[in-house]
Amino acid sequence: MTVWKTVRGIGVPLIAVVVFLLFWEWLVWVNGWPKFKMAAPSDLPPAYERHWDLFLTMGWQTLWRTVLGLFLAVLFGTLLGMIMGFSRLMRDALYPLLVGFNAIPKATVVPIVALMFVGQHDFNTVLLAFMISFFPIAVSVSIGLSTLEPEYRDILRSLGASQATIFWKIALPKTLPEFFGALKVAVTLAFIGTNLMEIVSPHGRGLGALFDSGRTNSDFPLMFAVLIALAFLGIVLYYIVVALEKIFAGWAERAPG
Amino acid sequence: MQNLIEIKGVRHAYRTDAGPLPVLDGLDVSVPEGGFVAVVGPSGCGKSTLTRLIAGLMKPDEGEVWLHGERVKGPRATVGMAFQNPVLLEWRTILKNVLLPLEIVPTKLSKKQAEERARFLLSLVGLEGFEDKRPSELSGGMRQRASLCRALIHQPDVLILDEPFGALDAFTREDLWQTMHRVKEREPFTAVLITHDLRESIFLADQVVVLSGRPARTQYVLDIPSNGPRTLDDLYTPEAAEQLNILRHQIQIAQGRAPAEEARS
Repeated sequence: MTVWKTVRGIGVPLIAVVVFLLFWEWLVWVNGWPKFKMAAPSDLPPAYERHWDLFLTMGWQTLWRTVLGLFLAVLFGTLLGMIMGFSRLMRDALYPLLVGFNAIPKATVVPIVALMFVGQHDFNTVLLAFMISFFPIAVSVSIGLSTLEPEYRDILRSLGASQATIFWKIALPKTLPEFFGALKVAVTLAFIGTNLMEIVSPHGRGLGALFDSGRTNSDFPLMFAVLIALAFLGIVLYYIVVALEKIFAGWAERAPG
Repeated sequence: MQNLIEIKGVRHAYRTDAGPLPVLDGLDVSVPEGGFVAVVGPSGCGKSTLTRLIAGLMKPDEGEVWLHGERVKGPRATVGMAFQNPVLLEWRTILKNVLLPLEIVPTKLSKKQAEERARFLLSLVGLEGFEDKRPSELSGGMRQRASLCRALIHQPDVLILDEPFGALDAFTREDLWQTMHRVKEREPFTAVLITHDLRESIFLADQVVVLSGRPARTQYVLDIPSNGPRTLDDLYTPEAAEQLNILRHQIQIAQGRAPAEEARS
């Protein structure tokens, strides 16, 4: 049974990917689209082969900057969420600011950041990945903490536990499922942030820059190959988060039915 | 004899936007060592406020709360609490949940002794074999049993029970009442029970305190003569019927449905 479950767990999504690629190939073939209009999956392997070294180095640049930005977003988002979760006053004060900040399209922030820190490409990219992804984490942590039932607090407070103890023993673990839910959203957002910077800023690096060079050379297969590579990195990072969630918040998962 | 819990002339009001809302107004309750006092009263009359006062989670505006001859000024490790919501920590096993208070309160027990004690309490309430299960795998009644064990693990002076059986079905509730008697025989405790269930109050307590409507004061005290653990049959005796009658009438007075002057003949 467990073997079958594993096979199914890996097989089903894999089949879905294959079906999707076949459909894409068929769509291009049936419409007779030329390569400069739309690349087909069969155009991708040659594109990877031609630029494999670039994919490795650029992919790595994109990955580490995204992960670093995400890491900072987790630190800052959790801290902000704690402040807003524990203090009603701070929540009232910070929410409008936070929502306003989040409502600004990050594409408009790119030129500002690029001007403020001219030439600091790595820093700018990490900054944008961070800026775009801390919001869901801050909101989920603050909601998780502020909706803690008072009885949970009372159980420990009546024993004379300090606020810090209550946080470590109850508030923090209880917030973990919400935190991981937000982290899954934040992972994909962080990639968007990284790539915005890489694509828009001149002389950029990373997969975004590779995409941009594909665009200037009208190399459609290369552009699509970059998109697929980004999707692949996104999936890998997403499942790393899922694995972490299983380890740290697996208790929240209920058997279906 | 000195009472374990002594509540004298307690007044308290919550500050709301519409001005102070008095909830307690002249409350007197005393519980002797080993006593079991049930507090009944109309909804919203401040019963839960009373538990928070005893636990030291709140300070009354006026009046005094004494525990073991000491004025209660803040939370103290010598109380155990159980609520209607069992509030077990989902990420811990039942055993680890029961052990939680010992991680806060200083204890003389070694880790092994503490675990043995937890296992003993769990077996006492009928949860043997469920030590390593998660709360989500247990029924509501079983979770409440585990919550009771957690309230008792550090041998508190006072057990504060805030409608712990309120959300359970009638059969499970009666089951737990009997469990309470069984536990008290092996692990004597002093308890204050907040409840809406008059049958529960006379079955478990040896004294029932009726609170008036808000703001609450002590309206009536009924002593339940007891001789050891009770059985469910004891609820269907003429004495029990008489006690229930008295309490029901007092509740009606508290609710303002039966004027006090129209006393029973």
